[in-house]
Amino acid sequence: MRPDKMLPMTRADAMGLVLAFVARLITGAQGHWRGCPPKAEQRIYFANHQSHLDWVLIWAALPHELRANTRPIAARDYWTSSRFKHWLTREVFNAVYVNRARTDDQDPLEPLVDALRRGDSLVIFPEGTRSNLGLPQAFKSGLYHLAQQFPQVQLIPAWIDNVQRVMPKGEVLPVPILCTVTFGAPLGLAPGEDKRAFLDRARQAVIDLQPAPLAANETQAAP
Amino acid sequence: MSVLKSLSANEQVALLFVILFGVLGLVSAVTGLLGLREADERLHQRRQRWARELRALWIGAGLFWLAWMTGRAGATLLFGLISFLALREYITLLKTRRGDHRSLLLAFFVALPVQYLLLAQGSYELFAVFIPVYVFLAIPVLSALAGDPERFLERNAKIQWGLTVCVYGLSHAPALVLLDGQRGAFLLFFLVMVVACAQLVQNAAERHWRRRPVARHIDRGFSLRAWATGCLVAAWLGAALYWITPFKAPGALAMAGIAAAAGTLGEFVMSALKRDAGVRVWGNAPSVTGAVGLLDRVAPLCFAAPVFFHSVRWYFQLRP
Repeated sequence: MRPDKMLPMTRADAMGLVLAFVARLITGAQGHWRGCPPKAEQRIYFANHQSHLDWVLIWAALPHELRANTRPIAARDYWTSSRFKHWLTREVFNAVYVNRARTDDQDPLEPLVDALRRGDSLVIFPEGTRSNLGLPQAFKSGLYHLAQQFPQVQLIPAWIDNVQRVMPKGEVLPVPILCTVTFGAPLGLAPGEDKRAFLDRARQAVIDLQPAPLAANETQAAP
Repeated sequence: MSVLKSLSANEQVALLFVILFGVLGLVSAVTGLLGLREADERLHQRRQRWARELRALWIGAGLFWLAWMTGRAGATLLFGLISFLALREYITLLKTRRGDHRSLLLAFFVALPVQYLLLAQGSYELFAVFIPVYVFLAIPVLSALAGDPERFLERNAKIQWGLTVCVYGLSHAPALVLLDGQRGAFLLFFLVMVVACAQLVQNAAERHWRRRPVARHIDRGFSLRAWATGCLVAAWLGAALYWITPFKAPGALAMAGIAAAAGTLGEFVMSALKRDAGVRVWGNAPSVTGAVGLLDRVAPLCFAAPVFFHSVRWYFQLRP
């Protein structure tokens, strides 16, 4: 909980409302809760990653009261490089910063672990990078380690659909096209489950949420 | 009827809204009472469908009232927003390629606002040619600059068509307000009522008669008899509403017939387009990305408005 919750609306809250409104106007940002209801439980949402807008979409698709405690992961070097970026990620999105440059003495997952210990929910994109191929790439192992350390936190797969059409790589302005975020059933780490097996299962859970493609639409977004 | 003609324009509009909301309220009350009775599965489904229709009617009527209350600027803004949402739905379902990005930006953020700005300004000449002439050139140019020759004609046709239907067509509805000064709102109301009536009657007739469909693969219900019935009933409704229009009774009959025919045929064309895109409704079917089904509601208006608009203009030129 942020301390400013008791005060009248801050500039960051207003910014948050404006951003959510714009996201809804441009993309609809519809959340389809197929496998679980939107509840204020501690969760890790993991989703496919195709665009810069992915985080904003998931965030806008969440009910308003869940937004404050659901945090994105942001690369520290990029998102603290200017005052506005820093303010946006810190005050509006309440991001968890991670260092991209790997140092030997520090576990890269440490900031995430801290956030989970404090009871926050996280949104992660386990592919690590944006892919504009249709299917997500193999998942990185961070999800597995978090699942191991926090068995009580629900792991919710999510599929973000259509967003690559809104803002293809290299473009700055988004085109209004409807997008959906489909949330699936919680996933758990089975006892003794192998790391690779779990990550593949998690990836498949995300892929399974993909809505059926429309027939006769050969002009689908180009690969 | 002479009493009604003698009322001031504002009083007439107010009276219209009283009647409109009164009828809607009555229908809703009756529906609510009937809903208390036991129902089997099929009847239940029919009731749900009816309830959806009714809700859409309420929303439509409410929006219309809002547009009237807020005047020309309000109406322009409202229809601009509807155009935006309808175009968004259309583009979502008719897939585009990466190379279309700039053209789509132009369509949404330049063509659409400019069209409505021209409308708000009342510059009719440019309003009528902006999209068919200038945007028609600009979109393929941007598309060609993107350097993707794959399905070039098809992609540009999709965008241009979407603009013509969702923006150009729909913007003629608020443009009716320009045509006839203070009484323009009546023309808009007249158009919406007549088209909605034609649709409702046509749907009921299709279910009642179950004739052989004309084009099974496009619309399994559409038959010429149902279509003609819808238009005819709508034309008579138009004639009965002649006192709110600048027309005499026969003129109103003809105008209503034209608008109804254009609207229902437009809806028919939209169902062909839906089949082409591989969807049944422009709506929130689970397979489809979260569209709201707005396009289904406004499509008849998109086609009827320009035809009606130009018919009215022609009528005025005949009898200045």
